[in-house]
Amino acid sequence: MDGEELTEQETALYDRQIRVWGVDAQRRLSKSHILVTGISGTIVEFCKNIVLAGVGSVTLMDDRMVTEESMWANFLITPDENMWNNKSVAEICCDGLREFNPMVHVSVEKGNLSSFDGEFYDKFSAVVVGRCSLATKKKINEICRKRPNRIAFYSVDCRDSCGEIFVDLQNYSYAQKKLEETVECRLQYSSFEEAIAVPWKSLPRRASKLYFAMRVIEKYEQDEGRTPGETSIADLPNVLKLKKLLCEEQSVNESQIPDGLLERLLAGNIEHPPVCAIIGGILGQEVIKMISGKGDPIKNFFFYDVMDGKGIIEDVSTPEQS
Amino acid sequence: MASEQQLPSIKSSKVLMVGAGGIGCELLKTLALSGFQDIHIIDMDTIEVSNLNRQFLFRKSHVGQSKAKVARDAVLRFRPQINITPYHANVKDPDFDVDFFKQFNVVLNGLDNLDARRHVNRLCLAADVPLVESGTTGFLGQVTVHIKGKTECYECQPKPTPKSYPVCTITSTPSKFVHCIVWAKELLFAKLFGDKNQDNDLNVRSNDAASSSENAEDVFEQREGEDPEQYGRRIYDHVFGYNIEVALSNEETWKNRNRPRPIYSKDVFPNGLVQSNGNADKVTVTEDPSSVSAMTSLGLKNPQDIWSLSENSKILLEALKLFLGKREKDIGNLIFDKDDQLAVEFVTAAANIRASSFGIPLHSLFEAKGIAGNIVHAVATTNAIIAGLIVIEAIKVLQSNLNNCRMTYCLEHPSRKMLLMPVEPFEPNKSCYVCSETPLSLEVNTNSSKLRDFVEKIVKSKLGMCLPLIMHGSALLYEVGDDLDKAMVANYTANLDKVLAELPSPVTSGTVLTVEDLQQEFTCSINIKHRDEFDDEKEPDGMVLSGWTQAPSKEKDDNVAVSNGVSTSSASQSTAVEAEDDDDIEIIPTGVAFVSAGAKRKLSEICNSNSHSSVGEGYCGEKNTAVMDEEDVVVMLTESNSDVSKKKRLQ
Repeated sequence: MDGEELTEQETALYDRQIRVWGVDAQRRLSKSHILVTGISGTIVEFCKNIVLAGVGSVTLMDDRMVTEESMWANFLITPDENMWNNKSVAEICCDGLREFNPMVHVSVEKGNLSSFDGEFYDKFSAVVVGRCSLATKKKINEICRKRPNRIAFYSVDCRDSCGEIFVDLQNYSYAQKKLEETVECRLQYSSFEEAIAVPWKSLPRRASKLYFAMRVIEKYEQDEGRTPGETSIADLPNVLKLKKLLCEEQSVNESQIPDGLLERLLAGNIEHPPVCAIIGGILGQEVIKMISGKGDPIKNFFFYDVMDGKGIIEDVSTPEQS
Repeated sequence: MASEQQLPSIKSSKVLMVGAGGIGCELLKTLALSGFQDIHIIDMDTIEVSNLNRQFLFRKSHVGQSKAKVARDAVLRFRPQINITPYHANVKDPDFDVDFFKQFNVVLNGLDNLDARRHVNRLCLAADVPLVESGTTGFLGQVTVHIKGKTECYECQPKPTPKSYPVCTITSTPSKFVHCIVWAKELLFAKLFGDKNQDNDLNVRSNDAASSSENAEDVFEQREGEDPEQYGRRIYDHVFGYNIEVALSNEETWKNRNRPRPIYSKDVFPNGLVQSNGNADKVTVTEDPSSVSAMTSLGLKNPQDIWSLSENSKILLEALKLFLGKREKDIGNLIFDKDDQLAVEFVTAAANIRASSFGIPLHSLFEAKGIAGNIVHAVATTNAIIAGLIVIEAIKVLQSNLNNCRMTYCLEHPSRKMLLMPVEPFEPNKSCYVCSETPLSLEVNTNSSKLRDFVEKIVKSKLGMCLPLIMHGSALLYEVGDDLDKAMVANYTANLDKVLAELPSPVTSGTVLTVEDLQQEFTCSINIKHRDEFDDEKEPDGMVLSGWTQAPSKEKDDNVAVSNGVSTSSASQSTAVEAEDDDDIEIIPTGVAFVSAGAKRKLSEICNSNSHSSVGEGYCGEKNTAVMDEEDVVVMLTESNSDVSKKKRLQ
């Protein structure tokens, strides 16, 4: 990396983490640029983590006005309404994040990411999308894939005490440490659209039930024209109907998606702060791994559920990419 | 916020957090967001610059202030209506007694040292308050739940003690860089800048030491009329030149070892004085004495660089000069501190010069600081994840949902597809001297060991007691407390200097001593066995405590095999890595028994960490599922970040 040195200030601030990932990784981090849209409690946790780690810049997109609801799992918004002052969620969070690390450039971009043209994306190393619709996820992921330089795509959602992360690093190679030697490792990722098109029947019997449950709700929201998260327990009967239909279509047993799990995901629309911390932490680590090229990245889904306490990786890829 | 059914128990709860550092900041934030209303937080530390990359409640302007208080103020900004009570104090203060602990529904630990963890464990046992314990290092972390009578206590499994090195390795025959660091920090630095009354083995034990008429003490004192430059060079020549020559004269030592090379300042600086390189005098007068740096005055900038012998020598002399010139007041009572730049520079340089002499590879200041300060690897993300897991367990405890409590391990490499791995808590260890009050036994020479040795080496150091009381039957031998009258204090002081067999109530083979800590409300019995001889190197305390398995100590700088004895009890062996002084935590299981929720199995085998079974194996969880059931995997972690190895066990 050009033999550039970290400044004295950087060395002092990042001392403990440089001991974990080394000076090179720290330099790469400081040259990375992250775009974030759909700011939730989980996304705020993620942003805190990468700002502390010392990425080059974080760009926030979320034009929604601050409401009481936006405060629930978000430690960047104070309850003083005078502070909100017609500010968007992105603007408020930007102010808070800047304080965490003066060496990171945090800014706000207005507008709707999925309507931006591809060139806008080119300056970013990774795009991270908070809870958003199925169509938006597909679209943003596709734009990332079409750009000349790789732009990593991550989507994340937490409902009730469950969380999901999706990762698309396209073609990704990194150095894997095996005993004393280091081997070059290559991974092929599926896009979100490709991944969710993988027949359920071909997935392992033990595959996380959350994967299927999240697909049912995602599909339901799309079919009903809801904004993501705009569902409640009142939707349960219809969601169960859709589940039955999908299970038949996919030839999997309905027990693969417990009704109780769907009920929890619909009822618990509010993010659970400990889960935000856990999912935001895992997501932060993933982005740091990707940028630094150190450590095995998740391929390609991660699930956490408080009920069983497991944080599980699932590989849901088309056969040629698995 | 938490879900509807959880909120009442959360809102009405009163919780105690111990530690407001790496995990503590994350924990306080997550507790507040989750709806906790009454949080008490104890932390004795103040904020340092190196905290700011992860202790996100703190800013540069807070450096030097109380962590507990600043953390409280930061959290009240987004949750002003809740109550947070900060204590800028040591959790071991007598104010935090059993009654204090009893007021809480659950205690949450985010601590950085074994001692405080053990203390809190005992208070939680005595007060019968559930404890959620945690630790992280790098990308690894763990959360465990300890409930009296239901799960193992924090001390049911032995914890390794920090590695100590044989004295002669440090004084005469170093073979690793860490030996040079220990020498530089604990002998040379302590000799020159620390308490002069402390025992110090800096001068090589030489066979003909008696023949040297020179009073060894005088060598390290600055002589009258001697300028700092001359003084520094004289010290340099003495410790790196003369002392090595003395050591070399003992031929026996070098039969099977490489002979060290004496280094004299005139060899390093053949052109005379080095003063032309030092700009100490140019340092601005207004400079804060704590920021004085030899690197700065010599124009060396990058702490990652490995300095040459000549650069190390310049740094050493410059650092000594700066101590004498700018920090004179500190001399005589300095203790090495990893945040003291000049101290780190001095120790790095001294260790490197010694390493040169012994043909050991040199290290950068950055690396040397890590070794000297026992610095724990720490990142924000792991702390955030662990804090989230602590809150999840705390909520289960508050809802009396104890059967669902789990120990959770946060892994760097997936094991069976898991990055977060829950494990059912273990039952109390029936032979635990803390929660099961199993008697201990002590082998000691009752005719030569004094009561003081017993108090310092066993009661305080091994048993972790703060306010001990020692009884032989109904006779009180020793006691600590504020309310003792003068005659008693005099009596106890006199006892301290008596050998065990000559105490008013003699302690001999077969005696059963009762040792009690009034603050911890913890008592244990010790059966005394007399023994005449002890091995100086292997049993440096001159006494051996048994009845609880002391875990093997671990060496940080290499992959020493830690063979985990296999327990046939319901619990697995797990060991922890302990750092001396940093604000993050470092308990990492060396062996984690994987026990599924359904069938709890006995762990009958843990592999030796030295085998380093393929790290890559952990990535393809599916391969294992094909042949094994979930219960058959044993996961092993070692303290080294990259080593997560795993062993399959087919039944």
